[in-house]
Amino acid sequence: MAETIQFELNGKKVEIPLEKNQTLLWALRINFNLTGTKYGCGLGYCGTCTVLMDNEPVRSCGILMEDVAGKKITTIEGMSVNGKLHPIQQAFVDHDALQCGYCTPGMIMNAYGLLLKNPNPTKEQIVDGMEGNLCRCGAHTHIIDAIESASKKMKI
Amino acid sequence: MKDDKYYRDEVPENNPTFEVDRRDFVKLLGGGLFIYFQLGEFLTGVAADAEQQRSVPKDYNAFIHIADDGKVTCMIGKIEMGQGIITSFPQMVADELDTPLESVKMVMGDTELCPYDAGTWGSLSTRSLGPVMLAAIAEARLVLLEMGAEHLGVGKDEVTVENGVIFVKNKKSKKVSYGQLASGKKIEKYLEVKPKAKDFSEYKIRGKSFNHADGVAKVTGQAMYSGDFRMPGMLYAKILRPPSHGATLVSADTSEAEKLDGISIVRDKDLIAVLHTDFEKAEAALSKVKAEYKFDEMKVDDKTVFKHQLDFKSESRVVKSSGDIATGKSNSEFIIESEYHNSYVAHAPMEPHTALGFMEGDKVVVRASTQTPFGTQDGISRELGIGLDKVRVIAPFLGGGFGGKTAFRQAIEAARLTKLTGKPIMVQWSRQEEFFYDNFRPAAVIKITSGTDKAGKISLWDYHEYFAGARGSDTIYDVPDAKTTSYSAREVHPFGTGAWRAPGNNTNTYARESQIDRMAAKLGVDPLDFRLKNLKDERMIGVLKAVAELFGYTPAKGPSGRGYGIACGFDAGSYVAHIAEVKVDKTTGKIQVIRVACAQDMGFCINPQGSIIQLEGCIMMGLGYALTEEVKFTGGDIHTNNFGNYQIPVFSWTPKIQTKILDKNEAPQGGGEPGIICMGGVIANAVFDDSGARLYQLPMTPERVLEAIAKVK
Repeated sequence: MAETIQFELNGKKVEIPLEKNQTLLWALRINFNLTGTKYGCGLGYCGTCTVLMDNEPVRSCGILMEDVAGKKITTIEGMSVNGKLHPIQQAFVDHDALQCGYCTPGMIMNAYGLLLKNPNPTKEQIVDGMEGNLCRCGAHTHIIDAIESASKKMKI
Repeated sequence: MKDDKYYRDEVPENNPTFEVDRRDFVKLLGGGLFIYFQLGEFLTGVAADAEQQRSVPKDYNAFIHIADDGKVTCMIGKIEMGQGIITSFPQMVADELDTPLESVKMVMGDTELCPYDAGTWGSLSTRSLGPVMLAAIAEARLVLLEMGAEHLGVGKDEVTVENGVIFVKNKKSKKVSYGQLASGKKIEKYLEVKPKAKDFSEYKIRGKSFNHADGVAKVTGQAMYSGDFRMPGMLYAKILRPPSHGATLVSADTSEAEKLDGISIVRDKDLIAVLHTDFEKAEAALSKVKAEYKFDEMKVDDKTVFKHQLDFKSESRVVKSSGDIATGKSNSEFIIESEYHNSYVAHAPMEPHTALGFMEGDKVVVRASTQTPFGTQDGISRELGIGLDKVRVIAPFLGGGFGGKTAFRQAIEAARLTKLTGKPIMVQWSRQEEFFYDNFRPAAVIKITSGTDKAGKISLWDYHEYFAGARGSDTIYDVPDAKTTSYSAREVHPFGTGAWRAPGNNTNTYARESQIDRMAAKLGVDPLDFRLKNLKDERMIGVLKAVAELFGYTPAKGPSGRGYGIACGFDAGSYVAHIAEVKVDKTTGKIQVIRVACAQDMGFCINPQGSIIQLEGCIMMGLGYALTEEVKFTGGDIHTNNFGNYQIPVFSWTPKIQTKILDKNEAPQGGGEPGIICMGGVIANAVFDDSGARLYQLPMTPERVLEAIAKVK
C-alpha cells in the first residue's frame, strides 16, 4: 500500500497518495483540480499561490505535501459559501480591486490571513501585510481600499 | 434608400472557410438572428499596423448574434488581459443597439468564432475596432427596426426601440422584442452599407462607470486562464532550455530522465521535452537531462550595453524634420547637450506564458495566453506546415500581457508536442523561462542637442534615438528648427526585444521631458510655464493645466527643494500630463514617491472607472521602470530570472494617486498605455527638483541617485 496523507481541504477531509517532493500548489491544481491557486514564480516571491494552512497564509509552492498531513487548508474556492461571496471577495468586486485577476486569489487569501490575525488593521498594517504579494497590473490602491473596507464588514 | 441596399440575405460565394465557422456558431448559439458584417477595409487598415502580416479575409465576419431570449453575443478577435474591454465593449454594443447591458455577452479571442484581428495591442481596441463595430451595430439596429416594423405591420419610420423592445411610436403597447424577432428561426443578415453610428449626445450607457464585468469570476478563482484547463490524458511538458541566448545544443543525454516512472521523452530536431502527468515530476526529470552546448556569446553586458549600441553599425532614418539645425544653433542663446540611457526591462506578467494543445480530429487546437490569437494561428500553421484551417487558437483570460504576450513561442511548443504525440500537452513556463524568453523592452540611448533663444522659446531640437523605437520620438513642442533621427539595426541585442507597454514612448518621453526640464532650469524659469510657453497643441496645454490644478501646483524654478516633477506626452491618440512629488534620501539614495497626479485627454471616455484604473495601473507599473527594473545580463546569459532579483512595484511604494479624465466629445482614444509614458521623466524631474541631481539613466537606483547627488556637490 502506498503511503497516503490526510488533511482538511476547504472544510472536507481528504486523502491522497503521498508523493515525495510534491508541493501543495501542484497537489491542489492537479490532484484536486482547484485551479484558483495560481503558479506565479515557484519560489515564494510573488504570492499568487497563497492559501491558508491552519489559518496562516502560506506560499503553497513552497509547502511539501508531507508537511500538510493533519492540517487545515483553505483555498480561494473555499471562501464563498453557497454562492455567497466572502466579505473580502465582495469588497474586491465592489472596489474593482483587480485587473487581469491572476494575482487576485492569492491577494484575497493573504488578506484573509491578515484579517484573521488582526481584524482591524491600519492602512500601514495592510500595506505591510500585503507587501509580499505582487500585482503587475497596478491595482494596489484598490486592493488596499478593499481590504480596509472588508475589515469593517467582517465579523470574525 | 431601398432596403436591398442595406443588406442581402444570400450567403456570399467564394467563401471556403466560412462554412466551418458558421456551423460552429450554430452549434454554439442554436438558432436566432445572426448579423454578419464585412470588415474588409477595417481589417486592411489594422493589418497594415500589425507586426505580423497575413492575407486579409474578404469574407463576412460574424459579429453579433441575437438569441430568442434577447441575449446578444458579440464576437471579437480581441482578448481580455485586464485592460477591461470585456466591460467597456458591452457598454458600446448595448448602447448602440438599444438593448439592456446585461443582455450582452462577449466571445473573444477564438480564431474559429471571432472575426480576424491582428492582435490586442497599441491601445487600439476602442479607437480602431470600436468605430467599425459601432457602425455595424448601428446597421444591425436598423435591420432589426425594419424587421420589427414588418412584424407589427407598420412602416419602418413608425417604430422605435428601447431596451431591446421595438414598439410603435404612438402606441407603445404594440411591440415586439429583439428576442421575439429571433425566436424559432435562424435568420442571417449580411450587411454592406455602414450608416453613421449614434452621436455622443445620444449615449446612455457609454460614459458611465462600470466595475470589471469579470470581477466575480476572478475573486472566486473560477476565471479560466490557459493553465487551468484539464483534459483526460493531459501531460505537462518541460522543455530543455539553453543556459544562454548564445548557446547551441551539441548533445543531450536523456537516459537518466527516461528511467523515471511515467516519463516520456520527445526529441524532434531542436526540441527536447520530458512529459509527465505531473508538472513537478516533469520538472524533476528535466533536471536529469545532461546537455552540452557550444557558446557564441555577444560581448556585451548591462554595463557596456550603451557603448555597444552607439558603436554598432546601424541604419539611420529621419523621422521628422522642420527648418534647419544649423539655423537653430545660430539662433540659440543656450545650447544643452545630453545623453540619456534606458535599460532592458521585462514584461513580467503574473501569469507566465502558458498553452494547452490538443487534437480535434486532424486539427490542432491550442488554448494559449496570447495577445494575438490569429498571429499565433499563423505561427503554428507556418511552423507545423499545416493549413490555417487545421489550427484553432483560443485565448482565455490572460494574466497580464503588456506587449509580452504578442510573442507566442509557448503555443508553438504546445502545438508541436501535441501533433507529435497526439496527446493533450500543457506547456506551462516557469518564471525562469518567462524571464529567459521574454522579448524585453530594448535598452536604448537618446542624444539630444537643444537650445533656447533670448525670449525663452525653444529654438533648436536635434534628437537622436538609438534602438528605443520611434514611437513618441517627435518633439511635441513648437520648435522651428527641429529634427528627429531614429537608429536601428538587426541583431544589436543579445536576446529578444519587443513591444513593452507604449513601446518606444517610455524612453522617448523620459529623455524629452528631462531635456525640457534641463532647459527650464538653465533659464531659471518654472518648468510648467516653460512647457506652456513652448506648446501650441491646445489639448496638450489642456492636460498640463488640468494636472496643475489637480495637484495644486504653484510655479517655482527648479530645483525648488519641493520634489515636484512635471512631464507630459502623447501616446495612442491620447494626451497625458503628470506631476509627481518625491522625497530623496540623500544618504541612501532611495527615492520615495509620495504623490502622482495625472490628467488624460482620451477623447470620449466609454468607461471612466475602467480608464482610471488603467491610469492608476500605468502609474504603479511605471514606478518599476523608473526606480528598480533592469535586466542584468552577460552576453546572452540573463541573470535576472525571478522576482528575487528583479524588483517590480510593491504595496509600500503606492503613492497617493490623483487622476482626472478630461470630459471630451471627441473620438475615443487609447487608454491602456498613455498613462505610463511619463513615469520615467516625471520622477527624474521630481528628483532633480528635490536634490538638484539629474539622472541620465533609468532605472534610478539608489547607487545612481547617490552618484548624481555627488556630482552636484
